[in-house]
Amino acid sequence: MNAPVVPPKPAVAAPVGLLAELTHRCPLGCPYCSNPLEMDARADELDTETWLRVFSEAAAAGVLHAHLSGGEPAARHDLLEIVAHCYKVGLYTNLITSGIGLTPEKVKALADAGLDHVQLSIQDAEAKSADKIAGYEGAYAKKQIVAKAVTDNNLPLTVNAVIHRANVTRAGRMVELAVELGARRVEIAHAQYYGWGLVNRAALMPTRAQAEIAIAEVEALKGKYAGTIVIDHVIPDYHAKHPKACMGGWAKRTMNITPKGMALPCHASETIPNLEHWSVRDHSLMDIWSASPAFNAFRGTDWMKEPCRSCERKLIDYGGCRCQALALTGDATEADPVCHLSPHHDKIAAVTEMFADDNAPIPDYVYRRLKATAPVE
Amino acid sequence: MSGPVQLEDQSKPHLPRGVRLKLDETRNEWMLLAPERVVKTDAIAVEILKRCDGVATLSEIVDDLAATFKADRAIIDRDVRAMLTELATKRMVDL
Ligand code: SF4
Ligand code: SF4
Repeated sequence: MNAPVVPPKPAVAAPVGLLAELTHRCPLGCPYCSNPLEMDARADELDTETWLRVFSEAAAAGVLHAHLSGGEPAARHDLLEIVAHCYKVGLYTNLITSGIGLTPEKVKALADAGLDHVQLSIQDAEAKSADKIAGYEGAYAKKQIVAKAVTDNNLPLTVNAVIHRANVTRAGRMVELAVELGARRVEIAHAQYYGWGLVNRAALMPTRAQAEIAIAEVEALKGKYAGTIVIDHVIPDYHAKHPKACMGGWAKRTMNITPKGMALPCHASETIPNLEHWSVRDHSLMDIWSASPAFNAFRGTDWMKEPCRSCERKLIDYGGCRCQALALTGDATEADPVCHLSPHHDKIAAVTEMFADDNAPIPDYVYRRLKATAPVE
Repeated sequence: MSGPVQLEDQSKPHLPRGVRLKLDETRNEWMLLAPERVVKTDAIAVEILKRCDGVATLSEIVDDLAATFKADRAIIDRDVRAMLTELATKRMVDL
């Protein structure tokens, strides 16, 4: 393990997935949206032709899964054309949608064009609360119709649910709702606190006890529903001793393209200062993947310092999340402070102290809006 | 459809829509693609999955594999069941 042999730098392995944020426009306003606070305007979005080129290049580069996301991808008038193109070039195509803007006719057309899978977000298992979280009256009812259209067309359905204070007592119920809707997979993800989630943290963070009950409830359902629904459960970091591998390793498996065409190794990587990102308008996808400074900044392990550098887990978790390291330590090359070996591990304890500790009313949300004058905290 | 997976001799396993086998030319491997999953698939698994067409029964698939590869039927039967049960539990194969 400690022989001082420097192996030759391996060629960069091909990307497996591409997340295309086709637009930041979205009729909903979820207060934990993972889009940046400063969103791309419609006028700056890539045109159809450029997106089609990106997907062709992705397929040629070895990408297997294309994730069509947003904002709301159905807000793009060329969604059908994009799906048909992804099918033609052999990509497995996944639509990540709020369902708003889709009709049963549109779902059928997408299925006929070769769409492989639909991921539908549902904000809560209770209509009134769901609509309030989404900031859109009638959203819950519309989603039921879309879910039915998806399964009627024999497309596999995943229900995505983000768990936070307003729905934390119904985490298990969300799994049951997904089963009732005929989903084959459900993603139960506890809210993460950066971007809009950070702006709204006081309204979103459950009490620690609530979070723990919800986690246990969902874990218990895994056995019950084995063979009926796949439960992917994303639990908060602070429960772990070691961090998760961010994106399966920085620039190792996937890349994100923003609506205006910036290629990112992670959706939040633009928050890291002095990281040079390239645009698909100026470079081919393969060129970006192998040579863009942002992708190479934290690829592999050369950038690491202690404790990661000499840690036996460095090829397992790759030092965790760069954005979290930056946010909590001020230095993106630090170990993710979630790690118990990090000298900054106490900062995670500080975060968990921000848990709500009583049943005080939930503060109002700052809804995610495209034209939002970025909320000042 | 609820409860643990029950694989019978008469089951007719097949890949549901949204799960497909693809020859990945970049990596020169067969991949089973499913929602948010990519599973590298070895030559034996590919032979099994190619026969899961929703028409052939499990016992027919096992007979065919045993004949094609001149192998012990009991061993093939065990391997095929193990693989398909696992994939069905993950909803990557329907019965
Ligand atoms: S020291 Fe670094 S590589 Fe090791 S477990 Fe912690 S974060 Fe991961
Ligand atoms: S670096 Fe952090 S914020 Fe960025 S994608 Fe990874 S886990 Fe998320």
